[in-house]
Amino acid sequence: MLNIDLSLTLATLIFCIGATGVLVRRDPLVMFICIEMMFNAANLALVALANHFGRIEGQVMVFLVIAVAAAEVAVGLAIIIAIFRTEKDVDVDTISTMKG
Amino acid sequence: MTTLYFVLFLPLGSAIFIRSMAGRLSKGLSGGIACTSVLLAFASAALSFLNLKGMAVDQRSLILPIFEWARVGNESMRFDLLLDPLSAVMICVVTGVGSLIHIYSTSYMHEETDSEYARYFGYLNFFVFSMLTLVLAANFIVLFMGWELVGVSSYLLIGYYRSKTSAADAGKKAFIVNRVGDFGFLLAIFIIMGRFNSVNFSEVLPFAAAKLVAGSSLATITALLLFMGAMGKSAQLPLHVWLPDAMEGPTPVSALIHAATMVTAGVFMVARCHAIFELSPVAMTCIAWIGATTALFAASIALVQNDIKRVMAYSTLSQLGYMVMGVGVGAYSAGFFHLFTHAFFKALLFLGCGSVMHAMHGELDMGKMGGLKAKMPITYWTFLVGSLCLVGVFGTSGFFSKDEILYQALTSPQGSFGLWLMGTLGAACTAFYVSRLFFKTFHGEPRDHHAYEHAHESDSAMAIPLIILAVASLLISLLGLPSFIAQNFNGFDQWLDPVFKDLVRGADTATVNPWALSALYSAIAFGFGGLGYRWFARKSETPDRIYKAFSYIHAILWNKYYIDELYDFVFVRGFLGLSRWTYKYFEQGVVDGAVNSSGELARRGSSFLSEKIQTGKVRYYAGAVLFGAALVLLLLLRSL
Repeated sequence: MLNIDLSLTLATLIFCIGATGVLVRRDPLVMFICIEMMFNAANLALVALANHFGRIEGQVMVFLVIAVAAAEVAVGLAIIIAIFRTEKDVDVDTISTMKG
Repeated sequence: MTTLYFVLFLPLGSAIFIRSMAGRLSKGLSGGIACTSVLLAFASAALSFLNLKGMAVDQRSLILPIFEWARVGNESMRFDLLLDPLSAVMICVVTGVGSLIHIYSTSYMHEETDSEYARYFGYLNFFVFSMLTLVLAANFIVLFMGWELVGVSSYLLIGYYRSKTSAADAGKKAFIVNRVGDFGFLLAIFIIMGRFNSVNFSEVLPFAAAKLVAGSSLATITALLLFMGAMGKSAQLPLHVWLPDAMEGPTPVSALIHAATMVTAGVFMVARCHAIFELSPVAMTCIAWIGATTALFAASIALVQNDIKRVMAYSTLSQLGYMVMGVGVGAYSAGFFHLFTHAFFKALLFLGCGSVMHAMHGELDMGKMGGLKAKMPITYWTFLVGSLCLVGVFGTSGFFSKDEILYQALTSPQGSFGLWLMGTLGAACTAFYVSRLFFKTFHGEPRDHHAYEHAHESDSAMAIPLIILAVASLLISLLGLPSFIAQNFNGFDQWLDPVFKDLVRGADTATVNPWALSALYSAIAFGFGGLGYRWFARKSETPDRIYKAFSYIHAILWNKYYIDELYDFVFVRGFLGLSRWTYKYFEQGVVDGAVNSSGELARRGSSFLSEKIQTGKVRYYAGAVLFGAALVLLLLLRSL
């Protein structure tokens, strides 16, 4: 039986690493990886809590999240490639044409 | 008394018809309709007059209700007409002289196009209607309405030649200067409304002494404010500036406005409201002195002017000064008699000027005339009659009316020697400028031979009104013979007696032999008239020598005492300067500043809210989302 506190602490740690990575890195690919880390931190928390309470809904939710994450990566990578083709660069700070 | 409706509404109906058919009526038709309507109005006025005459003396004050205009609380404001001896005389003069001027105009204006001709007669009819409203008013509101209508229609007529800038300016000047006076008149009406709870003459004037205490400052203020209105319309100093400029209108208009109608309104109003004026000796003294000053002031300007219509304009000012002086010393009947005689002989003189101008192709400079006697005998003889009346040669109507005013100025309790002296000096000036005008125009050698060759007598439509007016000017003196010539023969005084019966006249302060005064005036008239003859009937170097010797005074008189320049400097430029100052500092600084800075504030505020946070940088957005999510989480946790 896994310790629920330990599982949740690990999930929180991974989430924070991911969030920090999204905020500080300028490479969109790395930002994507960080987002994936945040997704998976959430997945971990869902699985751990489902196990802890002995219920199935949390584990079902994880499949949903994985499916959405896959779709999001497909769209996101397509956008990054499109931007790279026009800008010859993928620094997210220089891409600010939507500035108000 | 239904005839009174015809008096008032025939000219109005004709004006509306002619103007609404403008351009579709031939000249003969529009002129004919206008003349017929005023002639019929005159016939109705004469019938009303005779009707009134047939009544008992103490019944001679009829109120003709027309409609209720407005109801305020329990007070009813009605559009009513009042026919009493005063207004009966006025309607006869206005329609009588007015119809002669209409007939004269049909010929004088014949060079205009059909639609312009119709416009002219429409305005002329409307003017007659306005003046009739004014004199027939039974309360202050209708009086004020007529007062303003006269202002509007004088504006339209003076500015009739609308393609001329000077005419348009003169029209505006007349209207604006009159508005200054109207302002005072309106304030006086407010005081009366507040004090008497009524505007009807029948409820105000008989109770004036009870509600406004004699000699109180309220009575003085009311009287002076009323007189301010009269100063505007009757062109008294310092509101006289519009009248000489109003000569820009067609000459028959000058005859109508400046002889028989508009300018007499002020004197008429003072006579109508004498019950209020009588309560304030201070106001009466002011009025008398303003009148005397105007009489002398305007006569002195007329001494040197060369434009024949301008000489007549200043002469009108001067004669109005006499009328005002007359009412100011309490001699209402005498002042009103002068108004009556002046209406005839001044209309005659103006129409004579128009006839000369017509013959000389619009020339007005007497320096270019001369010798017209041979070419224009009818104009010459009628003009001579008018001149004799204006100078006041013994036996003419002008003599008896002016003589009476000066006599009263000397002897009445409110009169004084100073007033009389100014009036007499004015009479001397009058004799001189009239003879100068007359002899320069009609006698001597023609100065402009080309114009002289083409000069011709005017046709019958112009000549007949001249003849009628000349005969009338001589005969109306019979209506007002002073008592020292014929005892109990002063029909005019007796006729007006019911109107002025409430006056309590103090004892005369001076006694003079009226025959001696008459002799003095005759000597003045012949002396100064003869001087004019000597200097101007033949070629003479003397006038030029005198002008050169007194060039300083000549310049002052020629420039009309620089009053126009003074007004231009003080009011026009002062106002423009003030406007520019407020534009620069208040308008641009305060008003525009407030508007612009509120806009700027909104722009900056909204740019902070919407623009500055829209950086376009994904990481800021991500941070904001994270921060927001954390905040929501925190709140959720706290609420658990």
